[in-house]
Amino acid sequence: MDAMSAPSPVELDEPEVDDLTAPDTPWVTIVWNDPVNLMSYVTYVFQTYFGYSKKKSERLMLEVHNDGKSAVSSGSREEMERDVQAMHEYGLWATLEKQE
Amino acid sequence: MGGFSYHRRSKQIIATFTGFEADLLRSLAGQLVELLRNEAAAPRESSDPLEAMLDFSGPTTEPEDPVLARLFPTAYRDDEEAAAEFRRFTEGALRDGKAAAAATIIDALESAGLPPELTEDGLVIDVELDRAQAETWLRSFTDLRLALATRLGIEEGDEDYWDALPEEDQRAQVYGIYQWVGLLQETLVEALWGSS
Repeated sequence: MDAMSAPSPVELDEPEVDDLTAPDTPWVTIVWNDPVNLMSYVTYVFQTYFGYSKKKSERLMLEVHNDGKSAVSSGSREEMERDVQAMHEYGLWATLEKQE
Repeated sequence: MGGFSYHRRSKQIIATFTGFEADLLRSLAGQLVELLRNEAAAPRESSDPLEAMLDFSGPTTEPEDPVLARLFPTAYRDDEEAAAEFRRFTEGALRDGKAAAAATIIDALESAGLPPELTEDGLVIDVELDRAQAETWLRSFTDLRLALATRLGIEEGDEDYWDALPEEDQRAQVYGIYQWVGLLQETLVEALWGSS
């Protein structure tokens, strides 16, 4: 999917401020292994959506495949919600969480 | 069949389907559209187990339906409230996008000559896609494979189990279709790489 057809960013009613979290605490998007998605397809998605090199995309894909999951991007909570939504659009199983 | 390939001269990604294959693809895409747009549909009973397995348009009581649960996973694992909020803001758009992508496949097959009812033997459907269309097909193939895999109960590393099923087992037929869509997707990824 190219950026042109990416879904519009989610508009939240209010800026999300979590009292327990410093505003600059980075969040991560986690992609989880599933038995269905092809290795080539997962690589293609990382390359196309995140703009990563093929080599980096393959490394992340193998991490998902071998370790069961991989943190594929990091940033603000809103950015990670966008990334997770995009991953769901691609049919990948993704979640977001605060970086450990 | 050979799946998709990149045609350098026309800069299009092309594939040739038999009428049967095109009709099957249309049927799968049509059921996905129905599932996505008809979440509250009552569970459907079918006396034909093959039909029941291929019919992932029902039962569809969301969020219990496992296909929908897989297509729209929970985004926050440890925060129910945030997960619900995320779902509220995203699921509608995701549903519409996936339904529109599946509808794109149906439209393209019909524009390429697939009649509403397949009656003719020996029909050949040539599909030509530009890059944007090919990416839409690629994403929708994922949704179709996720739906079929969820209905079959495919798990990591269980290929031997499925390969060993006797041919007359109807699940083997569904698994064959699942693998076929996988082959189409694999060749489509390769064609997209070849085109860039």
